Amino acid sequence: MELIEAIILSVLAASTPLLLAATGELVTERSGVLNLGVEGMMIVGAACGFGGALLTGSTIIGALCGIVAGTAMSLIFAAMTLGLAVNQVATGLALTILGIGLSGLIGAGFVGERITPAPHLYIPYLTSIPLIGRIVFGEDAFVYFSIALIVAVWWFLYRTRGGLILRACGDNHVSAHALGYSVLKIRLYAVMFGGACAGLAGAYLPLAYTPFFIPGMTAGRGWIALALVVFASWLPGRLAIGAYLFGAVTILQLHAQGAGVGIPSQFLSSLPYLATVIVLVLLSRARTGGSTAPAALGTVFVPDR
Amino acid sequence: MQLVLEKRAERSNTIALISPLIAIGLTIVTMIILFAILGKNPFAALVVYFIEPLTDSYTLQEIAVKAAPLVMIAIGLSLCYLANAWNIGAEGQFLIGAVAGSWLAVKTQGTEAGHWVFPAMLLLGAIAGALYALIPAICKVRFGASEILTSLMLVYVAELFLDYLVRGPWRDPNGFNFPTTAEFDPVATVPLLVEGGRLHLGTIIALVVVAAGAVLLGKTIKGFEIRVVGAAPRAARFGGFNSNQLILLTFAISGALAGLAGIIEVAGPVGHLQPNISPGYGFTAIIVAFLGRLNPIGILIAGLFLALTFIGGEQAQIAMKIPLDVTKVFQGILLFYVLACDSLILYRFRLVSSSRQQVARGAH
Repeated sequence: MELIEAIILSVLAASTPLLLAATGELVTERSGVLNLGVEGMMIVGAACGFGGALLTGSTIIGALCGIVAGTAMSLIFAAMTLGLAVNQVATGLALTILGIGLSGLIGAGFVGERITPAPHLYIPYLTSIPLIGRIVFGEDAFVYFSIALIVAVWWFLYRTRGGLILRACGDNHVSAHALGYSVLKIRLYAVMFGGACAGLAGAYLPLAYTPFFIPGMTAGRGWIALALVVFASWLPGRLAIGAYLFGAVTILQLHAQGAGVGIPSQFLSSLPYLATVIVLVLLSRARTGGSTAPAALGTVFVPDR
Repeated sequence: MQLVLEKRAERSNTIALISPLIAIGLTIVTMIILFAILGKNPFAALVVYFIEPLTDSYTLQEIAVKAAPLVMIAIGLSLCYLANAWNIGAEGQFLIGAVAGSWLAVKTQGTEAGHWVFPAMLLLGAIAGALYALIPAICKVRFGASEILTSLMLVYVAELFLDYLVRGPWRDPNGFNFPTTAEFDPVATVPLLVEGGRLHLGTIIALVVVAAGAVLLGKTIKGFEIRVVGAAPRAARFGGFNSNQLILLTFAISGALAGLAGIIEVAGPVGHLQPNISPGYGFTAIIVAFLGRLNPIGILIAGLFLALTFIGGEQAQIAMKIPLDVTKVFQGILLFYVLACDSLILYRFRLVSSSRQQVARGAH
């Protein structure tokens, strides 16, 4: 019983950064922009988030630093792709390369430092309920926030006028422009939201997941988040399911390594990456009837004047 | 008044020519600011970065040695990018090429094997790299899975596989438990061009690859097809070009070149297989490809320039205690400026007064 509880707790923790980053990217892509720089924004968010928490001793300030850093990175991306109409794929790659370098530079002094990890919720009696108590009432704030955020994004996209306009920009920017909406401004907000989420997702790693910073600690989670958006067919509900499934794969392979199942640890460690490839293949294959991607995804838009 | 971007009537050839230079200039200005923030003397740092490596025969050779894998990989990547196929997993193909070639070196170690070993290693490296690159290409062509994500995921898989080999079955029993194979036999290493120097056969192979790339793109029908599929997919369809076949072809070529670069790196400068054989060649080569504006000669120059930043970065770390990550920041910023300046080939900025814009809007 305790093992099951421990596994579910660690799955939730491992899924949260994926869910946060993928939520942001989902909104960005729904507006028609493909930002491949999630990994770069995350890793800078991790370095700045850890720095903020280390200097002030506050998890909240750390998280805010991560959000600001991720947003700042996304603004570079926006200036390039929206302002200068540069190819989004190439710019996203550049953002990741820059982010990895910057995080190493910012985090150089943080290696070896430790902080107090984010506190977990504790409600007397409720948290002590066997099995479900700690899972439902004993998480850190990031876990609850990530769930609230994906629900809010679903509500925004499908239940508000703003969400409808955002989706219109993603599906047909020429029509959205003709109707008088400022496509570039809407996309700018969507890109910034994606950056903020990626920064927060990165900050989660050193603030709550492991209480220290190591260079390259995102280890491809930004790329997995990108794959999750494809996996989810750009739908918020499926995104949440996908994030928890991937978290589960990560944790199960860790437990398998711990149990010493006789398979070299490197093969188990490569499972999340292989799973991503396999899932992408299976899903793309099942979707031969037509793509569910936003129709204008990744295309450059220069308003006609 | 408002600054707006508008499409030029035709592409500007002047800007096409000078844009890489503007980009490098802007990057250097940014670096001066960054050095100042880090509390280092910016001009002294620039001299260590960009001038000193050029004044010494050893570092000059070292630049050529570092440029070789960058150029080889970037030529392959440029074919992919021209065909609008996004192979970003060259780092993984590089590692798998290194692993496949090393297999032969490890198996023939201490035997009487003759001089056929090294050419066979090159062949194995290239084939393995090509096959590894074909995985994302086939996933793309056959199932429509994003080649960007699958090729990148396979980088992590390749890193872990290499790690497993050098910590497990291939570990040198006399290596004090370090994760490395034994040093390769002389028949399994890259021949040096000059005894006692740093230049090796790999630099010549890189030049041959540049020439082959230039011929393929400039003089053959396949090269023409690659360019058309990327630049005008509709025209290519009307022309009856098979874009799927071109994706497979460009991925295979670029994987083979990355694999070749991988085995040359292991059998040459490194001399044995170990986990960190690449300082990110596969990713830096993406920058090289764009800085060289997907043109073989441009890539050769860009490769030498980025190799200079690697060497300069190492020197700056030793001489001025500037962190090595500054090199990565430099490379990232450079790619941004290159892309931004390239945009000005097709677009230009115009100041538009707000009232005129209102009129233009009204006329819609």
